[in-house]
Amino acid sequence: MVQYCRPRDLSDALERLEEANGRGRVLVGGTDLLVHVRRQPTEPVVLIDIKTASDLPPAVEITDELVRFGPTAVMSSLAVDPQLRAWFPALVDASAVVGSVAIRNRASLIGNICNASPACDTAPALLVHDARVTILSQDGTRSMPLTDFFLAPGRTACASGELVIALDVPIPANGFRSGFQRLTRRRGVDLATVSAAAGVTDRGVVTLGLGAVAPTPLLTAESAPIDCADADQVAAVVDELTAVANPISDVRAGREYRLAMTRVLAKRAVLAAAQIEEAS
Amino acid sequence: MSTNEVAPTNHLSDHQVTLEVNEQAVVLNVPAHRTLLDGLRDELCLTGTKKCCADGECGACTVFLDGVLVNSCLVLCVETEGQSVTTIEGLSTNGLSDLQEEFLNSGAVQCGVCIPGQVVAAEGLLRTNPHASATEIRDAMAGNLCRCAGYERIVQAIQVAAGRRVEIT
Ligand code: FES
Ligand code: FES
Repeated sequence: MVQYCRPRDLSDALERLEEANGRGRVLVGGTDLLVHVRRQPTEPVVLIDIKTASDLPPAVEITDELVRFGPTAVMSSLAVDPQLRAWFPALVDASAVVGSVAIRNRASLIGNICNASPACDTAPALLVHDARVTILSQDGTRSMPLTDFFLAPGRTACASGELVIALDVPIPANGFRSGFQRLTRRRGVDLATVSAAAGVTDRGVVTLGLGAVAPTPLLTAESAPIDCADADQVAAVVDELTAVANPISDVRAGREYRLAMTRVLAKRAVLAAAQIEEAS
Repeated sequence: MSTNEVAPTNHLSDHQVTLEVNEQAVVLNVPAHRTLLDGLRDELCLTGTKKCCADGECGACTVFLDGVLVNSCLVLCVETEGQSVTTIEGLSTNGLSDLQEEFLNSGAVQCGVCIPGQVVAAEGLLRTNPHASATEIRDAMAGNLCRCAGYERIVQAIQVAAGRRVEIT
């Protein structure tokens, strides 16, 4: 049994969530949620459509320090903004491979992370860009790094009476660049077998965000500064940082293959971030 | 409406939605779970929009919602209050569109089930990128599957239609 409501504003939305008593699901793009609802026809669910809530933050807001994405920021809006591409190349590349044009026109960036899929396409890039999540509840707002937000497959720190209202991504320091790589079984409309984002500072400090290699998307430690033009140094850093990967075998790939591909993709992501052509 | 639906609908669970479909105002009384796809096909008898996977994987149900391409199987009728929808019927009010003509000319239409979605998606592409290259066409059309695998001809058809539009302008 599916019920639907369109709250006037965010406090109304929180009340509806409370009333729904654990059965409430926040609806924005619906590209994942509605598939889930259709597959579980007997599960009682209250869809709380917040798209038209009057005090919803704007889809994209740019301040001096950060870019704040609201729930209605969709994947396709990232790719068209040259400023966002200059700041967050890994995020823009990741958002451009989600689903198809029609999916990207509808799929919410915040919705994507709230699903907490281990293979979430945008999470590795958001992790290397130090994104923070803002959660609204009846008690006010709280905010946390994205690393703390992911708890387990399909589970986040956003409790049932709460909703995520913003995703803040700091404008990177001068010289910081990011890159993204993804492996799928076929092009278009497939989940990632493995994905990797890399962030490289002007001093050559590398961090990696890894998808589909653990129960949640992972952010690695920072490396010591390296020269990204030196293939041996890149290989060593990639081996060191990707040691946290602990993938499972499933329908998309075996564990061994995933581990091998994690290193390949991580290396390519570092080179993409450092804007270095891969030696063939 | 089929004749076996004589029982009164449950008005408690029904929502009244006012939207515009192909430039006509319509009012739907639908339960919350009714997808826009089913609303178009079953309530409004606009059967040009096709239902295949109903999961957002195939693109057969592609329509414009407020001018933006969406999979109508992943939108609920209740979400479209006040919005405007354009379906394949709305793209061919004065006979076949140039894209439809070129899909036929190039032999892209085989069983035909995917074609309305292909044409709507191609229309969306040419509106935003009138000079799309073959690669850009393939990327933009990646969400529209064709079980008859007429992909080469679909790309050709879009290229020819794009050429015709550029000539006209
Ligand atoms: S029927 Fe909607 S995408 Fe397949
Ligand atoms: S023409 Fe048959 S599915 Fe495309």
